[in-house]
Amino acid sequence: MNIFNLIESLDNKDAKLKEHTDLSNRRDVFRSLGDSGRKLALGTFTVGAATVASSKKAMAQGGSGVVDVLNFALLLEHLEADFYQMALDSGVIPSGTPERVFMQIGKHERQHVDFLMKTINALGGMPIQKPGFDFTAGGMFMPFANYGQFLSLAQAFEDTGVRAYKGQAANLMSNDAVLTAALQIHSVEARHAARVRRLRGVQSWHLRTERDRNVAAVYAGEDNVVQGGVDLTMVVNDPMISREDIAESFDEPLTRAEVTAIASMFIVS
Amino acid sequence: MQKTFSDAKNEKNAAAPAFFRRRSFLRSAGMATASAAVLLSGCNSHLDEFLDEVGDKSVKELISLSSGDKGVLNYAYTLEQLEAAFFTMAVNNQSFMNGLTSADRRFFTEVRNHEVVHVEFFKAVLGNDAIPDLKFNFSSINFSNRNQVLRTASMFEDLGVAAYNGAGKYLSSPANLLLAGKIVSVEARHAAYFREILDNYDPGSGNPVSFAGDDIIDENGLDLALPPDEVLARAAPYILPDIDVSRIM
Repeated sequence: MNIFNLIESLDNKDAKLKEHTDLSNRRDVFRSLGDSGRKLALGTFTVGAATVASSKKAMAQGGSGVVDVLNFALLLEHLEADFYQMALDSGVIPSGTPERVFMQIGKHERQHVDFLMKTINALGGMPIQKPGFDFTAGGMFMPFANYGQFLSLAQAFEDTGVRAYKGQAANLMSNDAVLTAALQIHSVEARHAARVRRLRGVQSWHLRTERDRNVAAVYAGEDNVVQGGVDLTMVVNDPMISREDIAESFDEPLTRAEVTAIASMFIVS
Repeated sequence: MQKTFSDAKNEKNAAAPAFFRRRSFLRSAGMATASAAVLLSGCNSHLDEFLDEVGDKSVKELISLSSGDKGVLNYAYTLEQLEAAFFTMAVNNQSFMNGLTSADRRFFTEVRNHEVVHVEFFKAVLGNDAIPDLKFNFSSINFSNRNQVLRTASMFEDLGVAAYNGAGKYLSSPANLLLAGKIVSVEARHAAYFREILDNYDPGSGNPVSFAGDDIIDENGLDLALPPDEVLARAAPYILPDIDVSRIM
């Protein structure tokens, strides 16, 4: 199924959402994310100057020690915190519930930044400097002028954040307190993702259609139905439950390199 | 694992004479303890009903979870069984479902389906180490009171999130930690969803940011993490057997 059809049909169901969104632009956001992810995977992605390479490289290839993992998380939290602050400042978010939702989400992202910096310092590490961000990704998006694009990117950032923390949890097992805190951030990001999705008019959990090629970078692998070596399609015998329900029941992780491929589109220095 | 249950029951006998009487009854009926444990697992509801009739209803069965990853996975399995039973009961209640919008009926059913998948997953991966099918008591919930059901749904999902967050550190296998992580974020999505729609159905009860409200997210932006004994204390009113999680911690 094509993501275009999906967004179109969801839009038709929610007239209120339509007031704030531009269908064609929303399509483009997800398409561009998917395209960029593919280019990155092929190693041909070229946004940004050569000076960017070092921080991106560090992000993708940093060690798997606790401080390294926390710095990787810190970069993502910086990205989210700046994104929401700029969006709130720009006036692109409608007042009322959407504005209150994003004020709350933005508050959490700032808290995560502060918390991670304090934790890294407490562990004797050095928090990374906040990079510069370009949320237009080199002119591809207009999230601070177009609410639909803002929402699409917010969803992509939150769902990517959930997958990023999930993928790094095992690297924090040497420190119970840090692992628990990371899990506590992980589930907050999932709550954010769920709410942002609902503001976009889609369901709180991932959709099969999102896993198709146009959003490959953010939702790759989410159609997995084999967990812990068990093919769940073989053990779930309930006529109400579809293969899609099974896939939705588990959120998949992303590797650090996969997350970096997405985040790097928006990092300029 | 059967042996574990039997061991656990023997430990408990001194403190639970009435329970011992039930076991004595079974013994006098010619059943070995081990087979009684199997029969009490819920496969035979007639026997359970019979035992409830003849036994002291205030006495609870005890299931003691083992230490290590298997105990933690059985702990998660306990909570998933609780959620699946609750949501299945709600979905099967026509008057409750009729009180929801068609979209929420669909989403509520999807949540129920996710929880059933989680149950089947744990049952399959635990295999012979899985605790029995549990029985629950939702008599305190009035299923014709839509908002009470939604509040209970929200409470169970928040509790599930807090449970997984608090239990991650007890896992020693990275693979198991990842599996728990794959599930907990889905539970968090459910929790956010129920908190959000409660605000729609019962506007006085919540606020537009309840999906990740200050009542549950702390000043560091961290979700709740609860130790297994505290989670069980909150879930216990709905679970018929006593679940001992002390060896997990």
